[in-house]
Amino acid sequence: MAETPLQASSPLKDSSCAIEALKLTKYYGKARGIVDVDLRVEQGDIFGFIGPNGAGKSTFIRTLLGLISPTDGSARVLGLDSVHQTKDILEQVGYMPSETMFYHGMKVKDILALSARLRKQDCGKEATLLCDHLDLDPNRKVEELSMGNRRKVGIVCALQHKPSLYILDEPTSGLDPLVQKEFFNLLMARHEQGATILLSSHVLSEVQRYCKHAAIIREGQVIVSGTVEDLSSESARRVRIQGLLKPPALAGIKNLAIHADGVDFFYQGDMRLLVAALAKEEFSDLIVEEPAIEEVFMHYYEADVDGSDVDATDVDGGNNPGGEPDEPDGQGAAS
Amino acid sequence: MTMFLHEMKQSTKMLIIWNVLVGAIIVVCMATFPEVKKQTDELREAFAMMGAFTSAFGLDKIDMMEAIGYYGLDCAAVLAFGGGLFAAFVGVRMLSKEETEHTAEFLLTHPLKRSSIIAGKFAAVVAQVILFNLFCTVCAIASFALIGEEIPWKTFWIFQLAQFLMHLEIGCISFGVSALLKRGSAGFGLGFAALLYFLNVVANISDKWEFMRYITPYAYADPSSVIPHAAITGEYLAIGMVYALIGVVFAFVWYSRKDITP
Repeated sequence: MAETPLQASSPLKDSSCAIEALKLTKYYGKARGIVDVDLRVEQGDIFGFIGPNGAGKSTFIRTLLGLISPTDGSARVLGLDSVHQTKDILEQVGYMPSETMFYHGMKVKDILALSARLRKQDCGKEATLLCDHLDLDPNRKVEELSMGNRRKVGIVCALQHKPSLYILDEPTSGLDPLVQKEFFNLLMARHEQGATILLSSHVLSEVQRYCKHAAIIREGQVIVSGTVEDLSSESARRVRIQGLLKPPALAGIKNLAIHADGVDFFYQGDMRLLVAALAKEEFSDLIVEEPAIEEVFMHYYEADVDGSDVDATDVDGGNNPGGEPDEPDGQGAAS
Repeated sequence: MTMFLHEMKQSTKMLIIWNVLVGAIIVVCMATFPEVKKQTDELREAFAMMGAFTSAFGLDKIDMMEAIGYYGLDCAAVLAFGGGLFAAFVGVRMLSKEETEHTAEFLLTHPLKRSSIIAGKFAAVVAQVILFNLFCTVCAIASFALIGEEIPWKTFWIFQLAQFLMHLEIGCISFGVSALLKRGSAGFGLGFAALLYFLNVVANISDKWEFMRYITPYAYADPSSVIPHAAITGEYLAIGMVYALIGVVFAFVWYSRKDITP
């Protein structure tokens, strides 16, 4: 399956890129991690990295941070090579892993101090400020903390040294809505100061709300990337037709639902063909909407209405039901 | 330095427990020597009749009725075996525990070279082995003083040095193994130390198994070889130090390239 290049790929060492991966591949023995991932995150961007568990999000992130070595391909983070300049990269990165575990027997303040010492920085004031913001008691032992509070410790560790790049792997899992809001307030403040943020998530609403660009990863491959807006417009439209009992016979209709008062479906194809087909039908109302990012995500993950999986070629192929060759029109190019 | 201090702090409780446990056993054991000394003839006769066990534990080469002999064969056996278990336990968990306890992502996403993390952790293994041996040596000296026995200092120090080097070798090899493991490291470490101990027992029983002395560090630290001559067998020691070096180098090479997965 090939990536749909909404963003044009560029050679590595682009100084405007905070993260740049080229054909980045990781296999664990024979098991697939990520395959030929091409991805660019611009400096100052907030980039959503979307995919379900096991899709390869964490593998991609761990490769960027030098925790695992790529099988093939390369990646640069802030212009630095992810394999040979890991230490320099980590000096400028605030990372929050998807599972936050700390050393048994240590207090929150000890963990935060250890993290600061390992960075050879004095982050005491910032740590106190962040703990106050997140309502985190620094005198509690980490094993006494709930999952949500452990996540807060992870947030403070990632933010206290004020890095220029934040890599956050499912950061809001386990956080209650109020803390999530406070977390994003902190994050947006950092973004306003110029920080770049890579937000790995399967909570699509937060990607839609906070991210400028996003990529969807499936089975280790980035199947589409671009602006959140373009991702929505590039994909199928949600069509609701009242007063029609069966949909028009057109290619590109998916997720069909027939109700007593009409039909709902996703349509990915030439809108003129749909309009022409509907002109011959009797119906009372027609609503064509851009799908929410959740629906875009599902569009790339769910099976076709005829049972076959959607693959990357569907993104363009569906727009061309006439069978003419697709042209790379660059529509939706993010940057 | 931060890594080293962190590891030492993390290990404080365990270090104290092992030190107190082994140190106390040494003292209690030596405290029984005056009673044992009173039964010299009966015990000599009993040891002579133990057959293969007499040579297995070196009773044919050391006089148990001398304080240093009793210390080496009886009390220091606890130091040798207990210290071996301790060194293996500390060494084999030092790197692997980060993955076992899921703290690897926290640690390795800080701006430190892997080699400096490994160096800090290795220094912590060495420091803990040194502290353990120092404490046990102090306990041994105190126990001799407690029962009013003279210490033949040269023999004593060489014997203590042999114990330390043996523990260090086990710690280094276990540290190398630690780079490989993700789970079950503690069990492996304890089993490994026990195996080395019994390899030496087997080597003492039969000449057929003498080659085992080239494998186990207990061979050059065996009281029956160190105490009578106040010397360590250089050949076994040299091989042991090569094993230790291989363990440490392996840890650096392997862990520096290791994929860290939760």
